[in-house]
Amino acid sequence: MTILVRNGMIIGSTASRTADVLIRDGSIAEVAERIDTPAGATVIDAQGCWVGPGLVDLHTHLREPGREEAETIDSGARAGAIGGYSALVAMPNTEPALDNAALVSYVLERGARSVLDVAVAGAITQGRLGELLAPMGEMARLGVRLFTDDGEGVQSASVMRRALEYAKPLGVRLAQHCEEATLVAGGSMNEGPLSGRLGLIGRPSLAEEVMVLRDLELVRLTGAPLHFLHLSTRRSLELVAAARAEGLPVTCEVAPHHFTLDEGACSTYDPTFKVHPPLRSPEDVAGVRRALVDGGCDAVASDHAPHAPELKDLAFDEAPAGMLGLEHAAALTLEALGGAEASPQRFFELLSRSPARIAQLRHEDDRVTLSGHGGEVSAGEDANLVVIDPTARWRVDVRQLQSRAHNTPYDGRELTGKVRATIVRGRCVVIEGQLA
Amino acid sequence: MVDSLRGQNLLSLDDLSRDAVVEVLDTAESFVEVNRRTIKKVPALKGRVVASLFYEESTRTRLSFETAAKRLGADVLSLAVASSSVKKGESLRDTIATIDALGIDAVVMRHASSGAAEQVSRFVPHVRVVNAGDGLHQHPTQGLLDAFTVRQVLAERRALDGPSTGADLFEGLRVLIVGDVAHSRVARSDVAVYVRLGAQVRIAAPGTLRPVGAEEWGVGVVDELDDALAWADVVVMLRLQRERGTGSFVPTLHEFTRAYGLTVERARLLRSEAIVMHPGPMNRGVEIDSAVADGPHAVITRQVANGVPVRMAVLYLALAGAREASGL
Repeated sequence: MTILVRNGMIIGSTASRTADVLIRDGSIAEVAERIDTPAGATVIDAQGCWVGPGLVDLHTHLREPGREEAETIDSGARAGAIGGYSALVAMPNTEPALDNAALVSYVLERGARSVLDVAVAGAITQGRLGELLAPMGEMARLGVRLFTDDGEGVQSASVMRRALEYAKPLGVRLAQHCEEATLVAGGSMNEGPLSGRLGLIGRPSLAEEVMVLRDLELVRLTGAPLHFLHLSTRRSLELVAAARAEGLPVTCEVAPHHFTLDEGACSTYDPTFKVHPPLRSPEDVAGVRRALVDGGCDAVASDHAPHAPELKDLAFDEAPAGMLGLEHAAALTLEALGGAEASPQRFFELLSRSPARIAQLRHEDDRVTLSGHGGEVSAGEDANLVVIDPTARWRVDVRQLQSRAHNTPYDGRELTGKVRATIVRGRCVVIEGQLA
Repeated sequence: MVDSLRGQNLLSLDDLSRDAVVEVLDTAESFVEVNRRTIKKVPALKGRVVASLFYEESTRTRLSFETAAKRLGADVLSLAVASSSVKKGESLRDTIATIDALGIDAVVMRHASSGAAEQVSRFVPHVRVVNAGDGLHQHPTQGLLDAFTVRQVLAERRALDGPSTGADLFEGLRVLIVGDVAHSRVARSDVAVYVRLGAQVRIAAPGTLRPVGAEEWGVGVVDELDDALAWADVVVMLRLQRERGTGSFVPTLHEFTRAYGLTVERARLLRSEAIVMHPGPMNRGVEIDSAVADGPHAVITRQVANGVPVRMAVLYLALAGAREASGL
């Protein structure tokens, strides 16, 4: 397949320029000011659009195996492609959990037949129970580079210490869902005056922050790299930023719902707005937004968490936590970065280059069998690209989503920034905003 | 803010204006008279169907609501979800859709989860929803019957007619709420109604049983129960759920009683005119001594009795609304 992306603004990691991009046989063949259209090429008019590396999601719940009524690897991948992603990291909290090579292989094989690249995060502990280490070595040999018990944090400090010690020589990175279980027990929204009035038991910010603090000290002790998932409080982000400034090998991500929605959304008891960690106070939301702009966080991750509709018709405290994310994360990030004024470099750093480094999905990592993501738009790179119109306005319509589930908190919201095309391994999987 | 309950759902007292509260109290007053008749029935809701949907066990609230509905002439569909095959985890939408399909005008609902009544009100917008207690959130009719009882007692003492006093008797009234405020839906409804009517409200609770953000409720939080007892015109003793007293919130029931129980000794601190209330069911010997519960300050059985006319008023206003006002 030959594709010519014409007249786009090519977003490099340090500079942008207008150019044409020629894609042939899965990689970028040429980037130049003016390229003649080869015979038979698919032409994408990228006038007024950003052309950058395909987005990489560090945090996708694909639900397969076990909860296929909510999402499958195939439907989640399609949702990702529509959202501009060329690679996703599938979270291991499936049923059963992805805690061994056989289950990881299953997801990798299914992923290889989907529209984009699916990497897998393995579980840190067997069954994600927080007790016994999962066989990280055999999963690492399949290319797994991230391990997490996401959905739960590893509660035992001793287990987490051993996991970090074990992971370090394997060259893999652990990722932590920071919420101290005893402090969030029974809780379903942020703890504060609003939870007190609504009669909902709270999940205090403190529960996240104490685990961030504990894990920073474990990183200091072990020297093993650690990634903090979906940080939601101002203080958590400050703690991680300070640790990084000290030279500790830590990274962190934030999720779009934590910088676009606050706890006030819970006041109608609509379980669509239930998520862990919970939507926080307006002050915390402002803190997360600030980190997005000023470099206080490394990446934006969708935490795409589909749930079957009947589960979101339960009472607020009984309903499962989580909301959809893949199809609107890019636009929400773009808006938070300043819309038309947004720095395209920062946008692609947050959504592609940095997540690709954290997940080790870069071209230079030859242990990973997937193609390279998050690189430069230059000749020789694998052709994983996205074309985004940063000024196009569109409205989220739950009926139009590719995800099997409907639990988006943004239904009806008008957003700015639309994915025009997604190119994965040199194939155009989304064109004119539609699946090819 | 709702200015009249007519034709409205009753989900929380946070949303009810002073006028709306007084309207309920005044309407209830007219039903007190009905309850004194030999034939305790009026046809105000004849032909209407009220479903009672209790996901949590309840004796007095359920009985009180069903009695109220029947005295208004309504047909009652009673679903004891808590003891039926419907288990925790069934979708609220499915259950209410099933009941709605039978043809109902109102649903009186109790659920262990905060907000469940509000969620159900979205699933069946054509049905009036009356919250009979949702989790830790609200128990609106308890708050209303508590205020009704206080007004009735104070009006009688002054030889006044309740409705003629409106909300006047609450102005500056000193209300003290004691015990497990954090886990009490009654406390949240009581605070809302008393603050709205102009009373001064204080709460006294162990540090672990104070709701987060209570200082934003327009109430005072006191550390010393004895001083507050001597201050109060009305003392509301809350039920301590016994599992709260097993070490996680309160070290022992004994220690709780010593610090926050209305014991016989402590009751001596009460002003002579003070009214002692309890929403029931009581843990005698834990939050209140029997001699106090059955003593001269207590109006606890009167609260239970007033449950019927107040719930008649709520159902009547929510369902009959403006158009059948002559049905009395």
